[in-house]
Amino acid sequence: MTELVAQLRVEITTMIRNGEQLLLTLGIPVLLLVFFTSVDILPTGGGEPIDFLAPGVLALATMSSAMVGLGIATGFERNYLVLKRLGATPLGRGRLLAAKIVAVMAVELVQLAVLVPIAVALGWRPGGASWPQAVAGILVGTAAFAGIGLILAGRLRGEINLAAQNGLYIVLLLLGGMIVPLAELPSVLRGLAYVLPSAALADVLRSSFGGEAVRAGASWVTLAVWAVGAPAAAARLFRWW
Amino acid sequence: MSDLRVRYGEVEAVRGVSFTARAGEVTTVLGPNGAGKTSTIEVCEGFRPAAAGSVRVLGLDPAASQRELSRRMGVMLQEGGVYPAARVAETIRQYCTLYGRGADPAVLLAAVGLEALANRTWKRLSGGEKQRLSLALALAARPDVAFLDEPTSGVDLNGRDAIRSIVAGLAAEGCAVVLATHELAEAERLAHRVVIIDGGQVVADGSLAELRRGHDEIRFRSSPDLDVRALGRATGMQASRVGPDEYVIDAPPMPRLMAQLTGWLADNGHPIDEIRGGGERLEDVFRRLTRAGAGAGGGAEAVTPSGAAAEAEPGSSRRRRRR
Repeated sequence: MTELVAQLRVEITTMIRNGEQLLLTLGIPVLLLVFFTSVDILPTGGGEPIDFLAPGVLALATMSSAMVGLGIATGFERNYLVLKRLGATPLGRGRLLAAKIVAVMAVELVQLAVLVPIAVALGWRPGGASWPQAVAGILVGTAAFAGIGLILAGRLRGEINLAAQNGLYIVLLLLGGMIVPLAELPSVLRGLAYVLPSAALADVLRSSFGGEAVRAGASWVTLAVWAVGAPAAAARLFRWW
Repeated sequence: MSDLRVRYGEVEAVRGVSFTARAGEVTTVLGPNGAGKTSTIEVCEGFRPAAAGSVRVLGLDPAASQRELSRRMGVMLQEGGVYPAARVAETIRQYCTLYGRGADPAVLLAAVGLEALANRTWKRLSGGEKQRLSLALALAARPDVAFLDEPTSGVDLNGRDAIRSIVAGLAAEGCAVVLATHELAEAERLAHRVVIIDGGQVVADGSLAELRRGHDEIRFRSSPDLDVRALGRATGMQASRVGPDEYVIDAPPMPRLMAQLTGWLADNGHPIDEIRGGGERLEDVFRRLTRAGAGAGGGAEAVTPSGAAAEAEPGSSRRRRRR
């Protein structure tokens, strides 16, 4: 337990010191939320843009911290042989991963604490919200995105991993129904979007907060498959140095 | 370690290496770049699987028991190992906690001379300061066995002295220190035992005295135009030119021979700039035993007592004469 706490302290300290991480995990979600709520250009139909945007941005925030934040940091740690050096301590891989997961969850808590009040201030009134369901969705989504982030981090070299994580982030954002409704996508892209974890998580959160879900049941299944498959693939493919 | 083999695909980097490192001793693994030193060390640390052979560290198989072994094992990687944004003191504190062996972070910080840089981040440290921090992380384990890969690489003179003193102290406390390096001066100053690896194989294993035994010499500097044939005839010993103005006589520095040598130099009007007698330098042992000898030395000329000169491959003259 002492080792876990020591490692967790380092993970969180490193995260806080990394300005780019803060921009990614908080800056961009806040900016998108405020901008697209204030500038009514999204084709969200008759509903209030904030009702569509708020769950989507929460899904985006989860993806930012669990996939991109974790993936980029871990990739550089691999590159700088930090993981190799830690591998020669009694910490063990299990506790190292546990520390990383708890650190990501701590960031997600901060994201919720910042984004939800801003969304409420912008007029979000989640009717019939099921917070337990939303939290479950975020946890399952975290597993899925962390798995994807670690697959890239465990196979690609530092800068290439950085570029790949950011590129994937943009693709999953645009095709994930987070900002742009899936109904607006061409049918070919929409078919692809249905099987992406970003669209699944956005849909699950929208249904959790009483919004209009596209296919909530199927989205849960999609998200669960990613949550099991991606970490399993990461465990198999990950190279520690 | 017995008959260790390490493969990278089709390439066999380590080909049957065997040696033992004892508690309370510094065992230096020497070899040219690419000789297989780091691969050998990484198998001992549990980072790399052995293709064949048997390795036991503190009685444990490092591949199967790395976790258990890691509690008592200090490791210093050849490079990296610390996150660039991590600060010196907090990293030492982190590793002291991870090892849980009661090492005091403040004492370690002082031991490696980084107190003044306690709040500096890794990325702002110089090469030598990084090496000292890496050594502190190895010491955080209060190790029974320590694997140090090129610990003085890129370190300035004062830093080297500090590192040597720490490594010697570690061994004095009973730790088995295995130090991989290609810097002969480190081995010469620190090693109780030297293992020379070349081409993935052990070419020498023993104490410095054992490696030098049977290779006594008289080495001196004099004028570049000294006639080594005449010198060989005068002393009755093999004489060779090993540098532009550096010469070696293959014989123990007995008083009669020294008198013959200095007398001959005086009679022929040659100066003596430097002279030393006794065991061969580790550098020469290393050159003699490894491929690094080829290409070094700048064209040596060896002369037997009969006066017959042999054109020698650069740096290999002494190997020819002795083997």
